[in-house]
Amino acid sequence: MDVLYFAWVRERVGRAKDRVDTNPATVMDLIEDLRAREPRYQAAFADLSALRVAVDQELADFNASLKTAREVAFFPPMTGG
Amino acid sequence: MDIRVQEAAFDFGSEANAFASRQAGMGAVVTFTGIVRDLGTASLSAMEIEHYPGMTEKALEKIAKDASSRWNLGDILIIHRYGRLHPQEMIMMVATASRHRADAFQAAEFLMDFLKSRAPFWKKELTRDGADWVEAKDEDEAALTRW
Repeated sequence: MDVLYFAWVRERVGRAKDRVDTNPATVMDLIEDLRAREPRYQAAFADLSALRVAVDQELADFNASLKTAREVAFFPPMTGG
Repeated sequence: MDIRVQEAAFDFGSEANAFASRQAGMGAVVTFTGIVRDLGTASLSAMEIEHYPGMTEKALEKIAKDASSRWNLGDILIIHRYGRLHPQEMIMMVATASRHRADAFQAAEFLMDFLKSRAPFWKKELTRDGADWVEAKDEDEAALTRW
């Protein structure tokens, strides 16, 4: 699946997109996989209360299933308008 | 329903006029526009708006559909820009039309409340001292509970 990062999450991770082929079961499992990669992922995912997640372009919870997910995105709370 | 996510500037006057002139049987049109604040001495040089292409359009459509199902509306227009904007430039606008004004006013407020914290846009302020992501405010999240 594709994992996308926006705003300061993108800046901390240092890239806009990753490809993940480990088939994590939930968003939380995906986060654990990412945290294990490199310190900059640990920095980006240090405080989950500051993060929001979308699964296939719909807002989701950290315990959401990724069974059929093709795209997961992490970003801070939105500031539109 | 007319929803546009674009980098280019828009002409608020002509958009408002065009929107109002195509509303048959509607007695009320409400518009709102958001502008990059000129903070004077705080030296804001620009605002960068990032968004999530694909999800942004879906989120705006959902917000507009929710508004249409709650109020008796003739039409909705949402324009939201992304990219680099300068002080006094218009960031976005919404317009709503209804037979009587209460629906158009309330729907416009509803659209703005949800646009602030449920549409995937992120603002970054660029000043002489550096760049800072604008943080979401608790009151923006709290504003959703009134609907």
